[in-house]
Amino acid sequence: MTSAAASPRQAKVELRNVSLRYFGREGETEALGGISFSVTEGEFVSIIGQSGCGKSTLLSLIAGILAPTSGTILLDGKPVRGPDRRVGYMLQQDYLFEWRTILENTVLGAQIQGVAAGAARERAAMLLTRYGLARFMDHLPRQLSGGMRQRVALARTLCTDPDVVLLDEPFSALDSQTRIAIADEIADILRREGKTAILVTHDIAEAIGMADRVIVLSRRPGQVKSMHQVAFPSAGPARPSPMQARTASEFNGYFNRLWQELEVHVEG
Amino acid sequence: MSKADRTMTDSPTANAPNAVNEPSAAYRGFLRAERRGRILVRAAQLGLLVAFLIAWEFAPRYGWVNPMFTSYPSAMWPTFVELLHASANQPGLMEHTAATVLATVVGFSAAMVLGVIVASALWWWQRLYLVLDPFLVVANAMPKIAFVPIFYIWLGATLSIYGMALAISVFITILMVHAGFEGVDPNKVKLAQTFGASRWQVLHMVVLPGSVPTLIATLKVNTGLALVGVVVGEFQSASLGLGYLIQYGSQIFKLNIVMTAITLLAMLSALMYLAIAWLERRVMARR
Repeated sequence: MTSAAASPRQAKVELRNVSLRYFGREGETEALGGISFSVTEGEFVSIIGQSGCGKSTLLSLIAGILAPTSGTILLDGKPVRGPDRRVGYMLQQDYLFEWRTILENTVLGAQIQGVAAGAARERAAMLLTRYGLARFMDHLPRQLSGGMRQRVALARTLCTDPDVVLLDEPFSALDSQTRIAIADEIADILRREGKTAILVTHDIAEAIGMADRVIVLSRRPGQVKSMHQVAFPSAGPARPSPMQARTASEFNGYFNRLWQELEVHVEG
Repeated sequence: MSKADRTMTDSPTANAPNAVNEPSAAYRGFLRAERRGRILVRAAQLGLLVAFLIAWEFAPRYGWVNPMFTSYPSAMWPTFVELLHASANQPGLMEHTAATVLATVVGFSAAMVLGVIVASALWWWQRLYLVLDPFLVVANAMPKIAFVPIFYIWLGATLSIYGMALAISVFITILMVHAGFEGVDPNKVKLAQTFGASRWQVLHMVVLPGSVPTLIATLKVNTGLALVGVVVGEFQSASLGLGYLIQYGSQIFKLNIVMTAITLLAMLSALMYLAIAWLERRVMARR
């Protein structure tokens, strides 16, 4: 791992020895036990680990909606003290508000952050048009399919123009075909817009297909077990799409290595 | 542009059925059966009402029940016409009805406003909720009617009626609305928080609009309760209102007056039901 001083650019997101403990009446749980890594600007990092290893918690910490028990999280070199406009968060489901139209849902974040309504609606309409949803701006969420709803959720996240996008298994509620298609689209959009992205998933193929680097977390308390740079030179100079990456010759090698790293055991 | 193609293929579910231009015979048959079903339900409802009125009209006439106790629809009509006109010592029936309606509307509106404010405070301060919860549950279970004489002494003739309408409906309003607030998907709240939403923004942008179905369910409960509170309040203290008319009619043993007032109350209940059903349809069309 290169240090901030050695790299020409400062790390966009940096975690320094971050731990989190949950307290409950039954006792305390160490969810994350001293995690350190950094993500450079424009990089796409996937974090994989088995369920319960604190992957989602890690994103909540970076998003500033949870505070670490110890350690520091830096965004552009400054400690995170709460939700920040530079960070956008895509949750496991779209959680569109059923009482708002698609356009109104898309401007939610901008509205919360006090962006002028006209400008927010203009940007939202631009994003929705770009994602092929122009016809549905005045529709209600229930009138849209799962894949379309997830695209609205992406527009809602990008409407506030964050530098860093956190993705918490954002495709887990979709059927497997839609899931691959949407992952392709979202990876493409995030790369084109030069966003820094951190994806949390338990799907190894998805992690490899979308990312420049995969971080493997150990079981609870979650710690960084290993990091793997991902590249597909056989597919050409440009980064292949997640779908293309699946057919690249390097794919299976990465898959097998990560599979072993994860030490998947069926309980029982 | 393969991306654009894919966009077009997954069409919205709501627009899917109108792929067929000309409805098939089977589909037309389905629609006819649907319509027949709806008409049947309405006819059954109307039939039930008519059967009740016929039984009420003829059972006393044939002496199966004592007409002194039940009166009957045709006997009520002259009473109704008589009551319509104000006399020297008695306001007209419309004034009685208006008084009851006004007190009920004020009662459940106040309960709704107060209930939402208190429920918001309980949502805001979780500790406050933990402290007050048992008291609210007991206050709700208490038969508020027991307080009618006390309210009369505390608040006087008119205010005690409004007070009873409020007291009888406000606690259930608080409990139901608060439960609705707590029932809003925590992930929707989390979503707002990721954008840096303040507690106030979470309340008015997520929790309140997310609780609209609960608010309507609450309205259904507390309109009925407010009407109960008003009628009971009027028994005790009023010289106006349908509750007063019932009390007055029974004291002079004119069951026709009592039954006329009760019939009007039934109509009021039906009107409130229709009004809320209309409101519900309007609000739910947005969901």
